[in-house]
Amino acid sequence: MIVAERKPLEEIKEMIAGYKRILIVGCGTCVTICWAGGEKEVGILSSQLRLAFGKDGNELLTSEVTIERQCEREMVEELRDKVQEVEAILSLGCGAGVQTIAEVFEETPVYPALNTKFVGMPEREGVWVETCRACGDCLLGETGGICPVVRCAKGLLNGPCGGTKRGKCEVDPEKDCAWTLIYRRLEKQGRLDLMRKYYPPRNFQAVTRPGKVEALQA
Amino acid sequence: MGGNNKIVAFCCENSACAAADRAGKIRLYYPDNVRVIRVPCAGRVDVLHILKAFEKGADGVLVMGCQEEACRHLTGNTRARERVKYAEILLKESGIDGERVRMVNLAPEMAHKFAQEVSEMTERLKGLGPTPIKNGGPQR
Repeated sequence: MIVAERKPLEEIKEMIAGYKRILIVGCGTCVTICWAGGEKEVGILSSQLRLAFGKDGNELLTSEVTIERQCEREMVEELRDKVQEVEAILSLGCGAGVQTIAEVFEETPVYPALNTKFVGMPEREGVWVETCRACGDCLLGETGGICPVVRCAKGLLNGPCGGTKRGKCEVDPEKDCAWTLIYRRLEKQGRLDLMRKYYPPRNFQAVTRPGKVEALQA
Repeated sequence: MGGNNKIVAFCCENSACAAADRAGKIRLYYPDNVRVIRVPCAGRVDVLHILKAFEKGADGVLVMGCQEEACRHLTGNTRARERVKYAEILLKESGIDGERVRMVNLAPEMAHKFAQEVSEMTERLKGLGPTPIKNGGPQR
């Protein structure tokens, strides 16, 4: 899933200073799961903004709504009536969500309340880690389902490097060495011979930016 | 007397509510500026409830639950403590003193502690003054 983090309140306040009526839009998919932009976070941000504006003696009218996915035009279209009543939109979606809303409602300014961080998974309750760099050239089948491109601090394809120590990384001793993890996983699978395989330098043009995928099926 | 400061106390019905009742029955003095809201467990109180209380004009919020390790729902009081900590951070971000919200653990027979906590919060609020948000800016 896409992992995001809310911007500091001060930054959000500065972005929407000058508006009196705003619509705060949450997204019910990835950012709900990573506690950044779901229905609850929309309620909290809305309340915080009203308190902060009220404290400064300014009035702020907020309406709140959370749609299932901000990155789909059809779902964003549902907001049309609400958007007509406001001066600006504050989106708690990922970057794709913000841009979809901006595209559907071209005449209304849209502001991002989140910083989109990475594609990842939960490590434990309340902690998410990056697990995929969306490089477009996946080699997980040969590395025991552990990605060295993103989980090795150096992105080594032919690891481990000399800095691995008791399974930890020399760059950050808190983090596991990805190549040690790969070794242990392949050992369990009886496929340690894959450790000897040489990987040539990666093709960093596997995805040209901006990336585009067209489905073959109709 | 408690003055003009308003305190909202979210009280667990298994402990703090009984303590508040008891304080009344034994005629203990405590400030009259507290409004008790009965909740089935302190764990029912969400950060949004706390923020909304301030939006609606509260000057201080108490979340009162059972003593540590004595929650009828096992972890309600520990969850409430975490949420109060989170609410403090959110309030500070909005420019409101985090000391205005406090978690209290007590047993049903601790009427004196109930009265003491309400008095202490009242004193604290006298020092901090009223919140700048009055008559709820909260418009929707």
